[in-house]
Amino acid sequence: MLRFDSPKGLCLLRPGAAAIFLAPFAPSAAFAAPLNYLLGHGDKAYPVVALTWGVTIIAAAVIVIIALLVSGAIWHRRGLAFEAPGHLLETSRPGRGASWIWMGVGLSSLVLLFAIVWTMRVLAQVAYPSSAAPFTIEVTGKQWWWQVRYLADDTARVFATANEIHIPTGVPLKFKLIGGDVIHSFWVPALSGKTDTIPGQTNETWLEAKRPGVYRGQCTEYCGLQHAHMGMMVVAQTPQAFRAWWDHQLQSPAPTTNGQVAAGRIDFAMHCGSCHTVRGTEASGILGPDLSHLMTRRTIAAATLPNTPANLVRWISDPQGVKPGAFMQKPELTSHELADILAYLKSLK
Amino acid sequence: MTAAEFERYERAPTIAPATKPGLAEALKQLWETEPGIKGILGTVDHKKIGLRYIVTAFAFLIAGGVEALIFRLQLAGPNLKLLTPEQYDQLFTMHGMTMIFLYAGPILSGFSNYLWPLILGARDMALPRLNALSYWIYLCSGIFMYAAFLFGFGPNDGWFNYVPYAARAYNGGPNIDFYALGIILLGISTTVGSINFVVTFLRLRAPGMSLNRIPILAWGTVTASAANIFAIPAVSLAFFLLWLDRNLGTHFFDVPAGGQPLLWQHLFWMFGHPWVYAIVLPAMGMVSDGLPVFCRRPLVGYTAVALGTVATMVLGFGVWVHHMFATGLPSISLSFFSAASIIIVVPSAVAVFAWIATIWTGKPVFTTAFMFFASFIVLFTIGGVSGFMTGSVPVDWQLTDTYFVVAHIHYVLIGINVFPVAGAIYFWFPKFTGKMLDERLGRWNFWTMFVGFNLGFFPMHISGLLGMPRRIYTYPDGMGWDWLNLITTFGAFVFAVGVLLLIINIVVSHRRGAAAGANPWDAPTLEWSVSSPPPPYNFAVIPTIGSRHPLWEGRFPPEADESRSYIEGGMVLDRGRETIATSALDAQPSVILKMPEDSLSPIVLALALTAFFAGLGLNWWWLAAIGIAAVGIDLFVWLWPEPSLGETAEPANG
Repeated sequence: MLRFDSPKGLCLLRPGAAAIFLAPFAPSAAFAAPLNYLLGHGDKAYPVVALTWGVTIIAAAVIVIIALLVSGAIWHRRGLAFEAPGHLLETSRPGRGASWIWMGVGLSSLVLLFAIVWTMRVLAQVAYPSSAAPFTIEVTGKQWWWQVRYLADDTARVFATANEIHIPTGVPLKFKLIGGDVIHSFWVPALSGKTDTIPGQTNETWLEAKRPGVYRGQCTEYCGLQHAHMGMMVVAQTPQAFRAWWDHQLQSPAPTTNGQVAAGRIDFAMHCGSCHTVRGTEASGILGPDLSHLMTRRTIAAATLPNTPANLVRWISDPQGVKPGAFMQKPELTSHELADILAYLKSLK
Repeated sequence: MTAAEFERYERAPTIAPATKPGLAEALKQLWETEPGIKGILGTVDHKKIGLRYIVTAFAFLIAGGVEALIFRLQLAGPNLKLLTPEQYDQLFTMHGMTMIFLYAGPILSGFSNYLWPLILGARDMALPRLNALSYWIYLCSGIFMYAAFLFGFGPNDGWFNYVPYAARAYNGGPNIDFYALGIILLGISTTVGSINFVVTFLRLRAPGMSLNRIPILAWGTVTASAANIFAIPAVSLAFFLLWLDRNLGTHFFDVPAGGQPLLWQHLFWMFGHPWVYAIVLPAMGMVSDGLPVFCRRPLVGYTAVALGTVATMVLGFGVWVHHMFATGLPSISLSFFSAASIIIVVPSAVAVFAWIATIWTGKPVFTTAFMFFASFIVLFTIGGVSGFMTGSVPVDWQLTDTYFVVAHIHYVLIGINVFPVAGAIYFWFPKFTGKMLDERLGRWNFWTMFVGFNLGFFPMHISGLLGMPRRIYTYPDGMGWDWLNLITTFGAFVFAVGVLLLIINIVVSHRRGAAAGANPWDAPTLEWSVSSPPPPYNFAVIPTIGSRHPLWEGRFPPEADESRSYIEGGMVLDRGRETIATSALDAQPSVILKMPEDSLSPIVLALALTAFFAGLGLNWWWLAAIGIAAVGIDLFVWLWPEPSLGETAEPANG
């Protein structure tokens, strides 16, 4: 299995401002919040995080002020007690009162205006990257996984993968977003807000990661039974490590001398190959995720399970138990065939 | 008034004191719904229809609440398997659909139906049979959609039902067909109900109730109704096009054939966002009218609040795209809708500061109704500022479709609809029944609901900020959401107990409550001038209005444009079911309206329409044919000119 220079799970496990925010609610074990967006990790995220904190603080301040005003209004003089139905109560029309409205609305309008100006500035700042993107990654949302293609002028360097997107740090990257079936939404909160993948139109977004790390992404447009299990991983690497990764992805599996792996390769092509592709082999299905270099990925089943041999067996032998409603059906395999296929998958490094 | 003002009718009404001997009996004879099954099915009494609306909407509130409690159990911890994904999807869709379409709008229609003629000084709504039709179709559409759900074909694509997931290719069962047809059916109910409110608002106000003397509840409801008349066609069209796509092979949303998924979203939200205002503005109106009673002073800033109500709705038609910030629209369009979505806070701020000033400069009376109304101001603010946050595009790109938005929508719908409604029940229940709700149980009721609600829904803001997506049937551990979800589930159950206490209070007090009398709260508006419950004809004589608070006149110096109201006497109008129509701006009397008797036509029409829609849903074309034929026959009977309504010939002048 390939290892990269970034410590796995750097961002997944780091407690931060989100944890402080959460402190009254959660014990320390639950501090990890990999999908939080109160911390940003790139040029597109920074101004948005600042704006998010800004409007959150404004909102919190308004709530506190209004709550104090209402409480003060109720308690600043002794309330009358309701005595009995029909009992006449003192009634008056004090003249003052209207000034509350003008003062309150005037102040609110200033704050709102400030928020609009700040919003427009951030919108302009993040609409486009400050420098040109060196290449484009095409992401297609499908029920319930992500197809990822790396585009390049040199067609020999174009390749497909799934559910795990590697990016080089320090450069903005363009994403072409395609709706493969129904609408999904592409979201990597630590790096960028959401952009929908909509069938019939191509959306674009961009993102950038400052430091190496693993950032979790998630589909956020309801897309059916397994919407809950449509995650992805974005792995930011140094440019050198990233180039090595890309080069490696282009390689076909090496010929094998291991009999079990060879048998697994045949079984895989027969039972799995009509949906899945492993580049350079007979398996060339396009309905499911491309499984070339599967062992370089951290998770399987769209970030549903960590990529371990035990989980691979669990997923292959009971896909409907892991993701009820998913389109992957339980293959008819003997335990022998399953073991062969597992050995083969483990060889896809 | 002179005979000339009634030139199209045979007479000028006589003026008499309300206590004129024999008048009450004669009017009761004319207006009372006859006992028995025909009366039950045929009544056009706005008070009966209003109560039916309220009870039915409350039943749907309970159904939607139970659905939520079930899936909150599923979400109480990570990786739970209480529900299958399909069950979860149908439950959350039914929950949203029920609360938004079958509870939040209709409950307010119920209050307005009951209260409008009473607060406006009329004997019924302007179009009583249409009113009955509106209720029956609402009931039928609710049953229609719930029947599909109980047969296992509940909608499963969320209440906003995005395509292409709602298309036949991805959603093969009849689930979405029933949802589409049910919403179109309900749209007919809402549309005719809205037309009725607009006409009543413009023409059935008591003489003297000029535009600046109308209770804010009426402003809220008429604004919402006018909006509905424009908004409902968009959603009905969207669902109709979807039904055509699914059943007759058209391609409006069919991507391979050039259809547009975003067309659905535009049509849906052109309706959806105005609808959000339509289901809060009347509730805000109830607070604007109820809160001042318990502050012992008229509302501060009446004109500003009334104008703010209308302004909110007008702006509300220009913000729908903020539901679509992540769909890849151009920045210039996003900027416009972002600014509009932030600016719309201003008219709401007017109302918030008016309410605070009303309490601050008044003398609060601590009743349960007051506590619901006062706490509502804070909940309204929380729902408002979270909405303001989502109005900021770059922030919304993060917030949208997370639990932050779930928190927001619940602070809006529970905070700005359920809390005012609970307060309104405490406030107007004595008028509806003649019995007071128990104040002691009321305190328990209020605090349980208030604490449960905030405990359940405030943490959703945080789970949203920590990235929890909406509409997931489960979530893995290690995401930082476990404790928050457990608290949310716990709070939801506490809130449910609070609602249960309200129901218990209603049931117990209905039997054993203290007698209320005509005006238990010493309130200022017209509905409190008649007995509790009001007589079938509402007012023995039509009152004349000189201010916004006819029952408080003389307690403080009148303003320049105020005069004394005259409630003790007025126009008699006892030759058949009659009420007075007045001019739209100044409420000058213009014609005597002949009001219809009870009629079975509305319920028959509703049933025939339902049969037609059921036929379409099941693709039983014979049933659809019978249904539409019955609709035609029923309309023929309904619209057949009646002499008693002055529809057969122009009465001779003089």
